[in-house]
Amino acid sequence: MRKYIPFAFKNSLRNKRRTILTIASISVSLFLLGVLIAVYHAFYFRAAPPEQALRLVMRNRVSLTFSIPEYYEPKIRQIPGVKEVVSRSWFGGIYIDNRPEYFFPRFGTDPERIFKVYPEMTIDPEQLKAFQSERTAAAIGKTLAEKQNLRLGQKITLKGDIYPVDLELTIRAIFEGTADSSDNVMYFHRKYVEEGLVNARKGLVGTFAILAESAEAVPRIAREADEMFRNSDRQTKTDSERAFQLSFVSMLGNVKVFLLSICGAVVFTILLVSANTMAMSVRERIKEIGVLRTLGFTTDKVLAMIIAEAVIIAMLGGLLGCLMAFAVVQVLGSSLQVMFGTLRMPPVVLLISLGVAFAIGLLSSVIPAYNASRVPITDALRHLG
Amino acid sequence: MAIPLSYNFRNLRVRKATTVMTALGIALTVAVLLGILAMVAGLKSALQSSGNPLQMIVVRKNSASELVSQVAREAISAIRFKEGIQKFPDGEPMVSAEIVTVMNLPRKNDPEGANVTIRGLSRSGVKMRPEIRMLSGRWFEPGQREVAVGKSVAARFVSASLDHSLHFGRGDWKIVGIFDAGKTAFDSEIWGDLNQIATDFNRSEIMSSALVRAVDPIALQALKTSMADDQRLYLEGKSETEYYAAQTSTARPVEFLGMFVAVIMAIGSSFAAMNTMYAAVARRAREIGTLRILGFSRGSILLSFVFESLLLSLLGGILGIVLVLPMNGLESGIGNSVTFSETGFDFRITPAIIVVGLSFATVMGILGGLLPARTAARADILAALREL
Repeated sequence: MRKYIPFAFKNSLRNKRRTILTIASISVSLFLLGVLIAVYHAFYFRAAPPEQALRLVMRNRVSLTFSIPEYYEPKIRQIPGVKEVVSRSWFGGIYIDNRPEYFFPRFGTDPERIFKVYPEMTIDPEQLKAFQSERTAAAIGKTLAEKQNLRLGQKITLKGDIYPVDLELTIRAIFEGTADSSDNVMYFHRKYVEEGLVNARKGLVGTFAILAESAEAVPRIAREADEMFRNSDRQTKTDSERAFQLSFVSMLGNVKVFLLSICGAVVFTILLVSANTMAMSVRERIKEIGVLRTLGFTTDKVLAMIIAEAVIIAMLGGLLGCLMAFAVVQVLGSSLQVMFGTLRMPPVVLLISLGVAFAIGLLSSVIPAYNASRVPITDALRHLG
Repeated sequence: MAIPLSYNFRNLRVRKATTVMTALGIALTVAVLLGILAMVAGLKSALQSSGNPLQMIVVRKNSASELVSQVAREAISAIRFKEGIQKFPDGEPMVSAEIVTVMNLPRKNDPEGANVTIRGLSRSGVKMRPEIRMLSGRWFEPGQREVAVGKSVAARFVSASLDHSLHFGRGDWKIVGIFDAGKTAFDSEIWGDLNQIATDFNRSEIMSSALVRAVDPIALQALKTSMADDQRLYLEGKSETEYYAAQTSTARPVEFLGMFVAVIMAIGSSFAAMNTMYAAVARRAREIGTLRILGFSRGSILLSFVFESLLLSLLGGILGIVLVLPMNGLESGIGNSVTFSETGFDFRITPAIIVVGLSFATVMGILGGLLPARTAARADILAALREL
């Protein structure tokens, strides 16, 4: 078999222009497919940081826009297997103005506990102390500091909307997170936000982040926590942090169907292109196949050779496409934010794309190759290209 | 002299398999582009047709949406006496205090569900939106735990149909009506009695917004200005139509992705079309030579092949349009980043979209056909005639 590979390779070079055009067409499509699969992967299969497997998020059952009382906190803490609990309240508001470049997540929280529940956010102990001891202090992630050009000691103003208060904050700590969700964010004292609120709105938080002692305990804690507040007028919904994040994807609409149908169309298009090329190139060669058959090549060998040629072309296109996809995502990834972080190209996505290329080579050539290998020798020899 | 067009038609017919495959590739490319454009068009039409140009939404200053806005009930009472506000026949000013919030509901095919906007309003608020009509059932009664749901909510969410109940606030709310808001954003909302909702959510003094109708556009402008100048109220008025139209920004990522996908696919399909056309040129080398001998110029050969490629891609374009036509009217929803809830819309294949699809196919055809046609036109007559 091995000696036929160079033969198949040579065959693919006989009409260079066609081969190049086919490779170009396949590579462009596979580039697209690679990027789309990477987006899909970012939505549904993003590798969770190990800490995430231990965390749960509790919100109001009705929706995230409703708050839950802060007095739930000690009760949650009593559930066996709960290591730590911290409140996080989405502040919203406006920094500088309404433009999206000034938007970033901002939370009111408990400065004593937030870094315990999120151990992947590393912070200098001195800065942590400074953040904890000053009522109007803020701690920000490194990515955020770079993006918004913020320094330690800088004062910033947030105009409230959900909370009708304006905050005058001083940046006292810059921490380092492992992902965008833990690095492109700002935390400040929830107590400071509450100072400006009317009494009716005090004592309420947005969500609780719960750190479990073990990953096994997570589903049980979720169940017990929701059961605990089932008869209160603010019922809760507690999910693993991963499920909580996925619920945001679900909110976008039917992303899954959207991405998969585009991917399907792309794959089918490449299949057509590739099958068309193979059919054209086989048609021109029927006479030659007759000659090969007279020389003693079996139909199976002829079949295998044509398929090998198609697979070589498709794989070349696939490799090129993957390279382009990888390069583009590497260069632009950081500016293409997908939900919870930058777009990345994990090896598995490249493998899937190459697998698709292989399958396309195979599928696109089976019918033309089968037909060609079955043409009676005498007809084949008489065939006019 | 030009080569007769029937020559091209016949050629495409002779190479049936290749023609169909190439056209299908182009068709899929066009279909993807049109599918996404139809989605964006549907969403835009839902948002851009929402609202009355004489009405404005009054929110707390700096609030980007009704959802995050808080307006004290007294402030709304204060607005009622401003000049230039239209009156109901009974003399009441057209000012509707409203509470807007969202709740999570499971979708028909997805238990995780999505957020749906709940709007608490009084009967006068309903009257200020006369384009909305009851499809089945009736409006909610004041003081009752009753709601009416928009058509799009009823179609896409479990337990959002007539006589079912929704659980939020302090208990169950009976669905007593389904309303048709004429494919506007209100079709994606759930409406209930203002005071009842305010009690349930413990916010009887804090509303979200007020809807105000002015007597004419000049009065609307004046009201906006007087609102902005009143530092004590700390409110801002946004024209209702502009408020909804601004939410079309929600469609931007989809639009961007769609354009990206379509352009890349088009490049791929142009290469494929080029391949097909080169093969066509190679197979017909003798024919081309013959045509030249008969006196057809290089120019008419070039034109003929470009035309054939164009024909091929237009066939693909039409096929693509046929492929997406069944999507017309398909109901879907997208997460709206302004309202933090889902806005329902119908895919809309408008004539403009069909024109875009055909032009897109035309561009692909010309790009794919130009180089092979040039090769054909440049062929040396004698060499071409000697070809097998």
